[in-house]
Amino acid sequence: MVVWTEFERTTIQDIFSKMNYDIVGQQALARCLIVYPWTQRYFGNFGNLYNAAAIMGNPMVAAHGKVVLHGLDKAVKNMDNIKAAYAELSRHVDPDNFRLLGDCLTVVVAAQLGAAFTPEVQAAFQKFLAVVISSLRRQYH
Amino acid sequence: NGHRFKMSLSAKDKATVKALWAKISPKAKDIGNEALSRMLYVYPQTKTYFSHWSDLTPGSAPVRKHGKKVVAGIGLAVEKIDDLFAGLLTLSELHAFQLRVDPANFRILSHNILMVCAMLFPDDFTPEAHLAMDKFLARVALALSDKYR
Repeated sequence: MVVWTEFERTTIQDIFSKMNYDIVGQQALARCLIVYPWTQRYFGNFGNLYNAAAIMGNPMVAAHGKVVLHGLDKAVKNMDNIKAAYAELSRHVDPDNFRLLGDCLTVVVAAQLGAAFTPEVQAAFQKFLAVVISSLRRQYH
Repeated sequence: NGHRFKMSLSAKDKATVKALWAKISPKAKDIGNEALSRMLYVYPQTKTYFSHWSDLTPGSAPVRKHGKKVVAGIGLAVEKIDDLFAGLLTLSELHAFQLRVDPANFRILSHNILMVCAMLFPDDFTPEAHLAMDKFLARVALALSDKYR
């Protein structure tokens, strides 16, 4: 069972409550598709992903980025039972790709928060993502 | 057989890394301190390499001092970007025979360097810059672990 400190709970609630899910979702997913282009394998029907500019401007990428962030929101609102939040997620994605998306999300959030993204905040955020990803991995067994 | 798996960076990658480095290197000390501080704090298993330091907390004197060294190494790598394996030979031997840092930790430090670039230079650390830096740091790590076995 995951134990959260008061600081970790507050930090996660704080970050996500102030976040624009539409913008951050689009930025994180687009960045993932650009930096780790093999992740594009899951988006064959998304149209033009030929270069960074196309990916950044692609409306289907933006829409799916939003879906991803709203999916994360479930975990934010159920930190004590993240496992249950993802019991019904599809099993078509190599779970390692979730780690790559998580890293890109961390970069986007770091860019947004700047100095406010202290080592302690980073640790809380990355722990949260690690718990989410671990529970997603469990769906594959 | 003299073939080496080069995984060379494209001309565009090199240009992007050099341009980004030119922008961010004035804050080299901050980058080194922040990246190392975060690595030690967020990934406490990395502290095992520094048990001889008096203080491993973010921003401490030993961390700042070592951060400068690490970032100087990256600056050297940027300079030698056209032949990382030859250019980083001395550092490679240091890591192989003396430091023996498990290569998994290169990925951890790289992640923190990228994150700190985003934090300190949000407008410059575009997805394209991120891609080029990630590729570059991965190849630096390969060069550093080249002599491991």
